[in-house]
Parts: sequence; structure tokens; C-alpha cells
Amino acid sequence: MMRTAYKRLERGYLPVLRPLGVLCLHLLLTAGAVIMILPLLWMLSASFKPLSEILQVPPTWIPKSPTLRNYVTVFQQMAFARYIANSVIVAAVTVVCVLLTSALGGYALSKFQFPGRDFIFIAILSTMMIPFQVRMIPLYVMVYQVGLVNTYAGLILPGAVDAFGIFMMRQYIQSLPNDLIDAARMDGASEPGIFWRIILPLCGPALSALAIFTFMWSWESFIWPLIVTNTEQMLTLPIGLSKFSGRYLTRYDLTMAAATVSIMPVLLVFLILQRRFIEGIALTGIKG
Amino acid sequence: MRLTPSRRRTLWAYAFLAPSLLFFLVIVVAPIVYAFVMSLFDWTLGAAAHRYFVGLRNYADILREPLFLRSLSNTGRFVLLMVPVTLVLSLVLAIALNSASVVARGLYRTVYFVPVVISMVAAAFVWRWLLEPSAGPVNYVLSVFRIKGPGWLKDPNWAIPAVSIVGIWRDIGFYMVIFLSGLQTIPREFYEAAMVDGAGPWQRFWKITIPLLNPTIVLATVMAVISDLQIFTQVWVMTGGGSTVPGGPLHSTRTLVLHIYQAAFRTLAMGYASAGAFVLFAIIFVFTLIQLRILERPFEY
Repeated sequence: MMRTAYKRLERGYLPVLRPLGVLCLHLLLTAGAVIMILPLLWMLSASFKPLSEILQVPPTWIPKSPTLRNYVTVFQQMAFARYIANSVIVAAVTVVCVLLTSALGGYALSKFQFPGRDFIFIAILSTMMIPFQVRMIPLYVMVYQVGLVNTYAGLILPGAVDAFGIFMMRQYIQSLPNDLIDAARMDGASEPGIFWRIILPLCGPALSALAIFTFMWSWESFIWPLIVTNTEQMLTLPIGLSKFSGRYLTRYDLTMAAATVSIMPVLLVFLILQRRFIEGIALTGIKG
Repeated sequence: MRLTPSRRRTLWAYAFLAPSLLFFLVIVVAPIVYAFVMSLFDWTLGAAAHRYFVGLRNYADILREPLFLRSLSNTGRFVLLMVPVTLVLSLVLAIALNSASVVARGLYRTVYFVPVVISMVAAAFVWRWLLEPSAGPVNYVLSVFRIKGPGWLKDPNWAIPAVSIVGIWRDIGFYMVIFLSGLQTIPREFYEAAMVDGAGPWQRFWKITIPLLNPTIVLATVMAVISDLQIFTQVWVMTGGGSTVPGGPLHSTRTLVLHIYQAAFRTLAMGYASAGAFVLFAIIFVFTLIQLRILERPFEY
């Protein structure tokens, strides 16, 4: 289903323009693309310059005296590896929790009849419009009371289930044919076996879209890790970067090197998996 | 006792639902109820910890507090600036990219999408430097055209536009993809028929693209409004740092979420902060209702 949607995305639907129009269109698109990328190129170039050259007017594009000193200093002053590891652990566990709870919940809510089903589904849906800021204060108090402040569990818990994920998996699993399940039941398959061996493998596209969305959401989350962490060892990448660069505010050489390092992991994954990324966003982006 | 097959299935359904339901009760439902209860108390933590029932007084207090009202109007300004600019630019891009004559469409789409995957914190620091008034590249480029650039983040009148730029830059690619998938649903025959009838590109745009894209436009608008009402990270990064309290200069970029955060985690006034969070929820709720209303309207081809 998504494959054909993507093919249509490739083809384009508007009628062909005349050559002059085509030229203007490409000039416009290229100019826009350059403006979008320029800040990142500037960051990259500044990260290889000494501070004096960054502050120089007029600015230089290619560093005149390129240096790796900024990167060395950043890695000495900042526990980058630790921040990245923390962010990866938190994001990975969050993705596993969300995929599992969403798939199981979505399956139960779409392929079974039981009392209270519609009420539960609507209750879950209606919490989607309540912003995280409402839950954030009590969640902090709760996490504090059970002694989970500054732990991975404390970081992960508030994102471990996602109403949108349950909704999305329910819609997806509902579109799968019932015959498959009935046939498996006839053959004597167990209920968990049906979920694990029949439903889950068919959910590939929806699960991968949800995984990318959840990963990005967790990787980017800022306010919760800001509240719930209080030692250097537990900081996630966004908080670590914000603390580091906040300390060296006028050292643009260091902040640009730190920014470059911290965007690399996701940027590389995106460039490798870009098609899945964009498909995933188009599918899950409809999150209301 | 043996269970009937349908009974067994019901039990399995509850078992499958149990993990999500359990998590849901603990981390979603309980905190929402807890937050509402808190908002009815003068609930302060820290050295001077106390807890008195005050009814709706937190709401009355917060809606009268000048700093809160300032945060509210600042947030409104952010939304009014960011949403239209982001949506118009991404719609124009999506329509341009959707044209059949674009060469290397995939490449353009990737390039425009890159900022979406850039960490907001990193992006905010990069823009903080780009917008630096004296040595920053943006004001240098302006000076080449003999324009004296503003003080951006240092000028209370320019701080909101300066902070908005990052969000706009990061969101354009995202909404472009949303609009592109909306444009795919418009049947090509409509355009062909309109061309046969002699409709020019301008007419095709206003008479076909815009009306048929309307549900997507409404959806994108509400999404953007709701997400920009919660603006926090870029304000924190671009106006804070060192010993500076974020939200400056002179509270010109203090937003709702920043106000709630400061109340809860700086002054530890949990009850008051929870009331602020419910005010934010009320505003978001209104926009959600508007969205449902508009999207419910039957639409005919």
C-alpha cells in the first residue's frame, strides 16, 4: 500500500511546463535547497576554524587555517560517548515498549469482541489531545516518590506507551483479513502464536514507521530529560549538548564542533534509510 | 471447568490489552487526574513545603498574573508568525515538487527534509551563532546589501522572529511531505479536464488544488498550531545559557511552557504550575474542536 503511494509521490501529477517555466522552477527549488543547507555547511566550516577566524569579518567559507583542535577539546570537555549511549538506550527501550504495547493493544482492539472494548478505545484516543505538560508535573512527583529520578527507568517510563501508536496499529491490523486468524485457529494455533507468527510479521510497514517516529520523538525529547536527570552520567544528548554549549556560549568554535558531532548519528541513519524515514513521517505525521 | 472458545478469546483479548492498559493507567490517566487535583491545591514543594486546598484560586491567580499574560501573548506571537510562514513555504515547495517537470525530485525532497532530522538543540545553537548581531553571518550578508541587521536575540523587538527562524527552518520539510502526500490524492484527470476546458495554471491552483487539498491544509494548520503552542526547546537554548534565565531579553520570548516549567521546577509551586498546564490544555482543546468541526463537514468532489 505504501509502496504504491511512494511510487505516486515519485511520478508527480501536474502537467508538464514549458522550458522557461521549468528553468525558473529549478532555479527556485535550488535556491531554496541551498538556503536550507547553508546553515549546516556554515556550522561544519566553523567547526574546523580557530575562534579568531570565526569572528573575522568578512567571514571565510573554507577555513584558512583548518584545525581539529575544536573536536579534540569538545571530546575532552564533554562526555559525548556517554550522552549518545544514554540517548540510544532510552530511545531503543522506548521503541521496543511502544511497538509491543501498540501492536498488542491494537490487535486486541481490532480483532476481538469483548465488553468495554469501544469505551477503552475512545478513552485512549481522547487522551491524545492532552499535552505532555499536563502530565509532566505529577509524573515528576511520582517518579520522585518511587526513587526513579536520574535513572534510565525514570527517563523511559513516561514515553513507554503511546496512544497514537495504539490507534495506528489498531487501524492497520483492522485492515488485515480475518480469514488468516480463523484458519490459524482451525489449525490449532495458540492465541499468542497467532499474534507472534501471523499478525506481527504482517505489520512490518506500520511497525517500521512507528519505530522511526518513536525513535525521533525520544531522541529529540528535551523537557522531560531536563527535569528528571541531575548528574552528568545520566544526561541524554540534547541536554548534554545544551549544558555544554550553555557553558561555552561565546566559544563558537567549540559549540559548532559539538553541534556537528551531535547531529551526525541521526543524519547518517537518515541518509541511509531516507526513503523509509520520509514514508514513515508521511504515514505517522498525520498524528493530530 | 472448561471455558467456551469465545470466553477464552475474550480472556486473551484482555491479556493482550493488559500491558498497554497498565502503562496507560499509570503514566497517562493517573498523572492527568493527579494534575487536576494538584491544580486545586496550593501545593508547594521544597523547604517551605505545604499543601492547602484552594479550589480554583490557582486559576484565578494565574489568569491575572502579568508575567503569565505576557507569556500567553508571546506564545500567540510565535504561533502567528511561525504557522503561516511555515505552511505557505512548505505548500509552495510541495506544489513545485509535485510538478511533472521536476528533475531529481527525490534529491530535492531529501535536501529539504534534512533539517527535520537535525537535533533541535544543535540547530538552535547554530542559528544563535548565525544571528549573532556583530560578527554573525546573517547580519554580514545583510550588510553586503547595505542593510543594517537588527540585534536579533539581543533586541526585545526582534527576539521572537529570531527564535522563530529555527522552527520554521526545521519544519518546512516536514509539512512539505504532508502536503505532498495530500497532493497525491488529487486525481490527475481533474487537471487534464480543466486544461481541456482552458483553465490556466492560476485557475487550476485556486479552483482544484486548494479546495481538494483543504482537509490536508486544515490538518497541517492545527498540527502546527498545537505544536507551536508548546514551543520550549529553542527558546531555552537560544535565550538561556550561562547564568541567563531563558525567555529574555526582558521576558520578550517567555512562553507558556517556559512559564509552567519555571513555576514547577524553579519556584516549586506545583499547584500553580498545574493550573497553567490546564490553561494550555484548554487552548489546545479549542483548536482540536475547530479541527474536528471543519473536517467533519462533508466534502463533495
